[in-house]
Formats: sequence, structure tokens, C-alpha cells
Amino acid sequence: MDSEATPVVAAIALVVNGTEHRLSVDTRASLLDVLREYLGLTGSKKGCDHGQCGACTVLLDGRRANSCLALAVAHDGAEIVTVEGLAEDGRLSPLQEAFIEQDAFQCGYCTPGQLCSATGMLNEAEQGWPSAITEDVAADPVLDDAEIRERMSGNLCRCGAYRGIVAALREVGGEGARP
Amino acid sequence: MRPFAYERATSAEDALARHEDGARYLGGGTNLVDLMRLGVEEPAKLVDVTGLAHDRIERTPDGTLLVGAAVTNSDLAADRTVREEFPMLSRAVLAGASGQLRNLATVGGNLLQRTRCSYFQDASKPCNKRNPGSGCPARDGEHHNLAVLGHSDACVATHPSDMAVALAALGASVRVVGRGGERTVPLGDFHRLPGAEPQRDTVLEPGDLVTAVVVPPLRMPAAYRKVRERASFAFALVSIAAALDVRDGTVRDARLALGGVAHKPWRAGRAEDVLRGAPATEETFARAADAELAAAEPLRDNAYKVPLARNLIVRTLAELGEGS
Ligand SMILES: Cc1cc2nc3c(=O)[nH]c(=O)nc-3n(C[C@H](O)[C@H](O)[C@H](O)COP(=O)(O)OP(=O)(O)OC[C@H]3O[C@@H](n4cnc5c(N)ncnc54)[C@H](O)[C@@H]3O)c2cc1C
Ligand code: SF4
Ligand code: FES
Ligand code: FES
Repeated sequence: MDSEATPVVAAIALVVNGTEHRLSVDTRASLLDVLREYLGLTGSKKGCDHGQCGACTVLLDGRRANSCLALAVAHDGAEIVTVEGLAEDGRLSPLQEAFIEQDAFQCGYCTPGQLCSATGMLNEAEQGWPSAITEDVAADPVLDDAEIRERMSGNLCRCGAYRGIVAALREVGGEGARP
Repeated sequence: MRPFAYERATSAEDALARHEDGARYLGGGTNLVDLMRLGVEEPAKLVDVTGLAHDRIERTPDGTLLVGAAVTNSDLAADRTVREEFPMLSRAVLAGASGQLRNLATVGGNLLQRTRCSYFQDASKPCNKRNPGSGCPARDGEHHNLAVLGHSDACVATHPSDMAVALAALGASVRVVGRGGERTVPLGDFHRLPGAEPQRDTVLEPGDLVTAVVVPPLRMPAAYRKVRERASFAFALVSIAAALDVRDGTVRDARLALGGVAHKPWRAGRAEDVLRGAPATEETFARAADAELAAAEPLRDNAYKVPLARNLIVRTLAELGEGS
């Protein structure tokens, strides 16, 4: 092997779903690779590896992010929540429950990313973040179906479960959500 | 992907010192890591510049907005001042990429993202931008989404940023620190037309670090519109950032920039000249659009962009005119 191809390794720490991990990672490893290959957390999916599908979405320091384009070495010390960490004490989150109730998936491949993305999205909406279709970007947005669709456009679903996904999000965080 | 060293810069000086031949600055990585995975970029070293103190949005007493290069696209779009005083900028940023990408992407990285030309992204193909002198297969190949203005024999690529189009209309400038010290480059001069050197997207020299974007206040109704192949999460076919100041039926001032049509955000100066002082009518808006687009040289498969841009200009100005 020529010296150019020798991997560069770095020591990092990550808190994943509440547990701290000290790891030696190849600088080329994405967060997604580390979650799946180093930590065995295979919930997050590698749909495209190019930021285009959202199947790899996790919560990174509280915000949704594509773990396929985030280099692990660049997120030393980060707190990550994956789909495996959304349930608490063995109880599914309200969003997970709503996905089941509303038939928000078929094959389930995109679902972990949808769930993490939706969790982050609802936080963003709660903080009053506007979207590209918010009528007045200066005002606090109202999370109607069109807003939900726009805000979730980074998550593709090949099975076309969008109707159920929007219904689940409407139920948990939308305009008519139960308080 | 080729192995690379990774270092975290703690200040602009530190970043410059760590940057060497074959190194790249790393923002959110949403473009650079993608290109490394495709074999288009093969840096020997990444210098992470997200930890620099350039992560704030400030307002000077005269209303000028200072946006640090490490501010994320999300934080820029959600900032209260930006939403209230520069809503067109907020909207342009929100029109780009997806929620989870904007959380990673930085302002510096957004300005310096590379073209989405499919040949550029395919390391097995010739491309003058990636490999100078190898040719431009897009010119006679797949170019339906490439440039209609300002392109050259060497390259017909477009710049993909939405944010930069709004910044162009706003008359923003870019703060850069390099080996020769600090300088401020007007956004209109920051990105280049391809000419004979399409490998250079911008006027930056190797090692130059973007530290901030400076946006002067704009006190007129403004809008950002983007036409794309699907309703969301797609690059622009054509986009427009426009501002119009109409008083007593006359255009006092106008700002216009187009995205998706050229190798750089296209400030439509010819159209602005037609607009200023003219009656705020659809006829004027159409004349302005035609004046700008007279220079268009569409390729075989992208002539649709010319009427698309024209209609977008006329409609957006008409709506801005009605609102004032
Ligand atoms: C699927 C997908 C869809 C997208 N859709 C859109 C869209 O519709 N509209 C749009 O505008 N964008 C879109 N984008 C692009 C996205 O906006 C950019 O990838 C992002 O803004 C880049 O920011 P970053 O911080 O991740 O940059 P990076 O990937 O980290 O860096 C990009 C470049 O900038 C350089 N750089 C970074 N910071 C600095 C600095 N401070 N000084 C000097 N050089 C620097 C890097 O060396 C690199 O060359 C999309 C991206 C993806 C993956
Ligand atoms: S248009 Fe530019 S980027 Fe695309 S193949 Fe031609 S030279 Fe390369
Ligand atoms: S795997 Fe990350 S967006 Fe598709
Ligand atoms: S449920 Fe199959 S891809 Fe979404």
C-alpha cells in the first residue's frame, strides 16, 4: 500500500442516545458510518450517501442533520439521538405512536430518518422558524399541511407514504394538534 | 476517498497558518464531503473553520447586517432581524436545500459551493472546470439546467446558490482574509464568469478565508422567487431576487438579480437602468426584462430559461409594484 492510502485515525468522543463512546475513527468516516459500522446502530439508513434522501437524518446537538455528509471527526463531543433513542423507558414517543396509528410507512426504510427529521422539525416550528412557503417570514408560522410538507421535503419516501406521514405530524404538532 | 488529515482552526490567523497546498477549509461539509466521496475533490488536509468566532449575526447602528461565515444557513434564515429587515434573504436561504442540510451548511460554504453540472460531478468525464483543458461535454450534452447568460466556450455551468442571488440584489459584500491581509469584495465581483478559466469559480486565491458577509440595509419591498422541477428540495431552474421602490406610479429604485442562469449570481443591471425613473407598469417591466435578456445565448436544450426568466421578472415586479 502506498503511503498516500494510509488511513488517518483520530480519537473522538460522542454521546449517542445518552451513552458516551470514546472512539478511534478514520477521518473519512461519516457520522452515519460511525453509527452503523462502529456502534452497530443500524436504524439510521444509508439511502444515497449524498444528502439527497434524508434516510440518514439524526438529531445532532438537538438539530436534525444528514449524518451521511457530517464527518465524525468534525463532531467530536457532539450529542446524537438516533431513531433507537427516540423511545423513553421502552415507551414509543408520541410521534412514533402517531406513525403507527396513521400508517405512515410501508417498507419502513425511510422511517428512522422521517422520525428524527420530524422530531427536529417540530422543535424548529416551536421556536418559530419560518419555511420557504411561510406567507410572512417575520411572523410565527402556523403548521398546516402545506408547511409540514415543505419542512419535510428533505425526506423522501419511495413507498409514497407521504399522506400518512403528514397525518402523523398533523396529529402531533400540526394546527389542530391536541395540546 | 483518499485519506486526509483533519485540523480544527481556532481563529482566522490559525486557519490561514494551517492552510497549505492541497488543503481545503471545511464548513458544514454538505458540498465538500459530497465531492470528496465522488472523487471530485481530493484534499490532503481539511481545516475545519466552523469553530471560529465568525458565528454571529450583528447589526451596526446604520442598519448594516454582518453575518459571520460560520453562521449556519438555518440560523441566518431564522434570525429575527433578518426576518424583519431582510426578509428576502431569509426566504432565499429557506428556498435552498432541506431543513436538515441547512442546519449543517454555513454561509461561507454556501457562497463557495460548486456547480451541480453533472459532468463536473462525474470524475470519469472530461470537464474544464474539474480538469482544465479536458473539454466541456455539457455544451453539446446534458445542459438543460445550465447557463444562458455569460457562459464561454470553455464552460456553461451555473452557480447553484439561492442565498448568493439575494445577496447580489442586496448589494452585499464579502469579507476575506488572506496572506495579504483583510479585504472586502463586492458580491458582484466575488463570483466569476467562466471565460477561459472555468476552474476558478471566484476571485479567491488559495488559502483565502471568508470571514463574513456584509449586507447594507434595503428599505423597499422585496421578494425571492424560485422556479424548479418540483415544489421543494431542488435547485433553481431560474430564480429571482427583486426589490422595487415605487412612488406616485414611478419606479424610484430597483434591484434585480437572477439565479440559475449564469456562472455567477446575475445582477440585472440593464433591467435596473430601464426601471429607474420609468412608470411602474407591466410594459416597463417587460422592457426591463427584455433589455437584460437580449444578451442571452441559450444552448440547444435550455432556451426555455429565457421566457421563464422574462415571465418571472415581469410577474415578480408587478406584484412588488402592486404592494407599494
Ligand atoms: C441534496 C442537496 C440539495 C441542495 N439544494 C440546494 C439548493 O436548492 N439551493 C442552494 O443554494 N444550495 C443547495 N444545496 C447546497 C448547499 O446549500 C451547500 O452544500 C451548502 O450551503 C454548503 O455549505 P457548507 O458549510 O456545508 O460547505 P462545505 O461543504 O463545508 O464547503 C463548501 C466549499 O466552501 C469552502 N469553504 C467553506 N467555508 C469557507 C470559508 N469560511 N472560507 C473559504 N472557503 C470556505 C470549502 O473549502 C468548500 O470548497 C444543496 C445541497 C445538497 C446536498
Ligand atoms: S459546463 Fe463547466 S462544469 Fe459542466 S462539464 Fe462543462 S466545463 Fe465542466
Ligand atoms: S443517506 Fe444521507 S441523505 Fe441520503
Ligand atoms: S416507507 Fe418505504 S421508503 Fe418510506
